[in-house]
Amino acid sequence: MSEVSNAPLKKTPLHALHTRLDARMAEFGGYDMPIQYAEGIMAEHNWTRAHAGLFDVSHMGPSFLSLPQLGGGDEAHRKIASIVEKLVASDIAGLAPGKVQLTVLLNENGGIIDDLMIGRPPRDDQQGGLYIVVNAGTKENDFAIIAKAAGADAELHRADDRALIALQGPDAEAVIADIFPQAVGLTFMTFKQIKGTPFGDIIATRCGYTGEDGFEMLIPAEHADAFANRLLEDHRVKPIGLGARDSLRLEGGMCLYGHDIDASKTPVAASLAWMISKPRRERGDFPGAGRILRELKEGVPSKRVGIRPLGRAPAREGTEIQNLEGETVGVITSGGFGPTVNGPVAQGYVDTSYSKAGTPLKLIVRGKALEAEVATLPFVPAKYKR
Amino acid sequence: MTTYYTNEHEWISVDGDVGTVGITAFAAGKLGDVVFVELPDAGKAVKKDADMAVVESVKAASDVYAPVTGEVVEGNAAIVDDPAKVNADPEGAGWFVKIKLADKGQLTGLMDKASYEAFCAAQ
Repeated sequence: MSEVSNAPLKKTPLHALHTRLDARMAEFGGYDMPIQYAEGIMAEHNWTRAHAGLFDVSHMGPSFLSLPQLGGGDEAHRKIASIVEKLVASDIAGLAPGKVQLTVLLNENGGIIDDLMIGRPPRDDQQGGLYIVVNAGTKENDFAIIAKAAGADAELHRADDRALIALQGPDAEAVIADIFPQAVGLTFMTFKQIKGTPFGDIIATRCGYTGEDGFEMLIPAEHADAFANRLLEDHRVKPIGLGARDSLRLEGGMCLYGHDIDASKTPVAASLAWMISKPRRERGDFPGAGRILRELKEGVPSKRVGIRPLGRAPAREGTEIQNLEGETVGVITSGGFGPTVNGPVAQGYVDTSYSKAGTPLKLIVRGKALEAEVATLPFVPAKYKR
Repeated sequence: MTTYYTNEHEWISVDGDVGTVGITAFAAGKLGDVVFVELPDAGKAVKKDADMAVVESVKAASDVYAPVTGEVVEGNAAIVDDPAKVNADPEGAGWFVKIKLADKGQLTGLMDKASYEAFCAAQ
């Protein structure tokens, strides 16, 4: 998904903070983003697993899809859900108030256009609205697709001028309890709006992309710097760059769009079939339903699995996977070193007959065949607050 | 013993006709935490400016180039066992290989410490 562009890089509301913290910056999703701070990826990764890490994820695409008039209970929710259900295979109509769902946008062939979060607001007077967060590199296209599906029935309001700040790790709850006590009651994959905080009207979601407990908070841009500084005053919090965010999500077994999933993959091939909900399967009313329902029944030729190199050498994206006979059976889609695992970890696609956990494989790294095996995902157990 | 530097951020410290080779502190800092090192076996012939070793950080793999042509006398097993040694002491205990030089004349094309520091400052 890399596009060559001469456009200047966009900056998040926390850009000045990253500069003050002497972050090493690089382009990601069209934004100038912190890859790491002074202590480096390994220390940042380990800090997040042990304490709490602050991540600037403002490059992502938060938005609100709303009927012209909010309120109106379940009927209003069903109406707004019917719009996004044209694009995803999850049961959005059946979401409980306050719940957030991770799902994928599908094209007409059942290919994955993006992964995204869709939330149903908790309060009665907010029904008919949805909170939607898409990825940075794909957001222009995603927003266009969602707005087109909405037509004249609903309006999409982008909120990507605000700051989206994640706090992840075992100390995240205790840190947030001092700042937004109303957020502590949230359980995994629920969200709420909190009005009149010292940092303005915010949205807190109990979620993240590290496998740890934590929150993602949508903060008005003018309060972003003060909020981040308030978090960093706490001795349990350190800033974490995208480098450690990637090693944390890889150990957590989660997909990186454009690498582990893209338009050439269906949710079935991507081992994300749980995103295709039962009522939607019965109705078969989602994009690519013909192909996806057939794949659910008959299986797929290759699928996404975890892969554990048995030596010390990491296997990077693009590494060829062979069976013990030396035949090509797949490719690594993301791979690196997992600091918590203390060894190399990877994900990739293999022919389905090689997808069972424990299956021995060879990875071709710099011309050498290195031993590996199919591993159960995640590599590090999730610690979500249910 | 004199130490020379390459514009690919290797150093070579020469004693007689054997040079000890590693990556500079500047390179180690740019790479970040080293998690894997692959070294050539003793006896392997290496060629000036050709890749001879691999160093991997959490994020990426990088080649290490031979600063001179010659034959590998010894690899540093300590950094294979504990790659963090490369970050801890890149221009000392974190050395990569010892090379028996084929042509000491190749050293004249490398930088001295002052030139290398100026080169890094301009990066």
